[in-house]
Amino acid sequence: MSGQEHGGHTRGFELFHIFQELPARSSEIPVAPEPDPTEPVALTVDDRPVEVAPGETILDACRALGVETPTLCHAPNLTPVNACRVCVVEVEGQRTLAPACSRRAEAGMVVRTETERVRTARKVVLELLGSSVDLSLAGRHQPDGGLAGWMERYDADPARFGPAAAPAEAGERDARPTGHHHVPDGSAAETVAQPVKVDNDLYVRDYSKCILCYKCVEACGTDAQFTFAIAVAGRGFDARISTEWDVPLPTSACVYCGNCIGVCPTGALMFRSEHEMRAAGTWDESAQTVTETICPYCGVGCTLELHVQEDQVVKVLSPSDSSVTGGHLCIKGRFGSSFVNEKPGR
Amino acid sequence: MVDPRRTGSAEWADLWLGLDVGTDIALANAVGREIIAAGLANLDFIRHATVDYDAYAATVEKYTLAEAERITGVPADAIRELAHAYATAPRAMLCWTLGITEHVVGVDNVLSLIALSLLTGHVGRYGSGLAPLRGQNNVQGGGDMGALPDRLPGFQHVERDDIRARFDSAWGVTVPPKRGWNLSLMFEAMERRDLRALWVIGENPAQSEADTHRTVSLLEGLDHLVVQDLFLTKTAQLADVVLPAAAAWSESDGTVTNSERRVQRVRKAAEPPGEARDDLAIIFDLARALGSDWGTPRAEAVWDELRSLSPLHAGMSYARLEAEDGLQWPCYDETHPGELFLHSRLWEQPRRGHPAPFVPVEHVPPVDPLDDDFPIRLTTGRRLESYNTGVQSAGYRSPLHRGESLDLSPEDAERLGIADGERVRVVSRRGSVEAPARIDPVLRPGLTFMTMHFPDDVAVNNLTIDTFDPKSGTSEFKATAIRIEKLPAGAPSA
Repeated sequence: MSGQEHGGHTRGFELFHIFQELPARSSEIPVAPEPDPTEPVALTVDDRPVEVAPGETILDACRALGVETPTLCHAPNLTPVNACRVCVVEVEGQRTLAPACSRRAEAGMVVRTETERVRTARKVVLELLGSSVDLSLAGRHQPDGGLAGWMERYDADPARFGPAAAPAEAGERDARPTGHHHVPDGSAAETVAQPVKVDNDLYVRDYSKCILCYKCVEACGTDAQFTFAIAVAGRGFDARISTEWDVPLPTSACVYCGNCIGVCPTGALMFRSEHEMRAAGTWDESAQTVTETICPYCGVGCTLELHVQEDQVVKVLSPSDSSVTGGHLCIKGRFGSSFVNEKPGR
Repeated sequence: MVDPRRTGSAEWADLWLGLDVGTDIALANAVGREIIAAGLANLDFIRHATVDYDAYAATVEKYTLAEAERITGVPADAIRELAHAYATAPRAMLCWTLGITEHVVGVDNVLSLIALSLLTGHVGRYGSGLAPLRGQNNVQGGGDMGALPDRLPGFQHVERDDIRARFDSAWGVTVPPKRGWNLSLMFEAMERRDLRALWVIGENPAQSEADTHRTVSLLEGLDHLVVQDLFLTKTAQLADVVLPAAAAWSESDGTVTNSERRVQRVRKAAEPPGEARDDLAIIFDLARALGSDWGTPRAEAVWDELRSLSPLHAGMSYARLEAEDGLQWPCYDETHPGELFLHSRLWEQPRRGHPAPFVPVEHVPPVDPLDDDFPIRLTTGRRLESYNTGVQSAGYRSPLHRGESLDLSPEDAERLGIADGERVRVVSRRGSVEAPARIDPVLRPGLTFMTMHFPDDVAVNNLTIDTFDPKSGTSEFKATAIRIEKLPAGAPSA
């Protein structure tokens, strides 16, 4: 039985036509309702006037003016958490420095980004992070080149706290009881250095590179995945990102969407393929191409950013401005594309 | 959330209606009846934009809340709550997947949902509507491009002389004036020997179709089978000729269309291995071998030809698709922004085009009945990390892969004396498989679940029934009657 024979109750109307004719065009193009009209917000940054839309941040205003502002914990597709403080600015009339990435611009605000206070705050943040964390891959996707440039710009000297303390043994930091942190003797700079956690075939966690920016926690939780496999455990310098009871990922709630990798600013979370190629000395970004295409799996249509080296897909990211999923993927899009690499099977 | 299983998504739902498999129409009709009885129907919209409301109201009248509870197993209060929440919401969408369509009444299931949107006016407005969530990255685009038995590109009907004339003159050939066969009808034609040669592109019917034994014997009975695929699939192993293909999404250029009708660019990121070639190059070569020179294969040129013939796609140049992160059809010309939602014409004064019909439909139980020999319902579906018959997804090393299993409720496991992980035999009227049992509280007593992701290990489609919806051609994968047999102690674990 074909579609046109369906029904048989076609009083005054031929269902047949529905199957043969396209619906009539609407006379107006259907669009989303316009938001209420709002006045732009006018403020000054470093004595230069700028206007932003209501709800936009000081960081948006800075970027509109081309004022370079370092960020680590900020991502356009995550809720700001104000963890890293490297973007702080001075707002006239306010006692404390304000995180540019989350503070909303207000009419008449007078913002300064190059005062001594701002420069000192950013310098110390960079020194404290640099002395205790491996920042070798931090901020590498930023337009201004990331950490090395910031260190120089703010005259930061992470070595001034002394030589780094010895790295922790595997699992040692995870076992530290909350509230039992010892007072350092000052002879060496505290460090989060520890062995890389490799407990599954898809991605590794190198918490020697973790600055506790919380982005992975947000992506795993209410900003993208709603899986809640990880959270911050411990307090003070012992604080760390952890699965429940520090269980290995395969026994945790992790669903391997890799959205934590997508937002990690320091390379602490990394495809296992990239980790192993770096270890073997074969990771070569200058020999890689980056191509945007569409995921071959379901009908959502997520944009994939394929990093390809020697015709092998070595990493999959997604641009945060993708109109479909804002840069977030599932396990199939993130890791399930390796079938095209299986040249012997093809 | 309406689902026989209490899935992860159901855990997040405000309300979960765990209906019995194959009772969707009874539930939808009861929701419709309750909306009417409670005075919540949007009568202004119904008068303005629809026809056949009276026939619909008469049909759903017998689907009282009590009757629906009896048929569906869902408490009447929950059905009432759903009806009132849906009808009174400022915006509401109905989204569905294969649980609605993989039934012998798949089209009727959809019609019963369309009726709810017409009843409430939850269609043709921003934030309200009907959305089949597509399971494959270009299943929408395939239909849009005319890979349907009765359509030319852009959903234009092949049996309309005026439409066909345009294609005739553009292509310089006479397009056959009759619709073709869908997949299920093709297998029937193979049985009659009316279909004797088949060219399969990127599909693995030897494992994906219901009733594997019948499918494979029909494929083996063909005079000539050509398979074009990335891998030597089980279907390709039956072929006379295998054409190795490039991966369409990463080794060639083109477009796909996602579930929201967004046409998106796919781009070549790597060279295909060995002798594998772009699908387009293979098809062009075949055309040349058949005596028709189409020139040099170029994805954008093919797309531009499509734009010249499909009004829905006319405005979507490659340059715009690039600049605007894809465009949603309809997009009638280069200044048209594409449309966020469809059917706003139904709200215009006066209404444009033909009215939307209510099509009353009745509950019909699944074709594979439960009885004393086959007392348990098996429904098949997908798991997050896997994909269909596993051709793409079986290879990557996912910690979530756990192989095939017969998932059953704790209650059934206890009643049948089956331990978690114990291998059992699953028997349907068509065949049997062995698989480990997995106790899963997501399932209710009497309901079991399997996937089709690991068909080399467990050929689940040996069990499923190939009776199909005559309107869509889709088999009733979602409702198989089975029994579970314990294996004799000491049986070899195959």
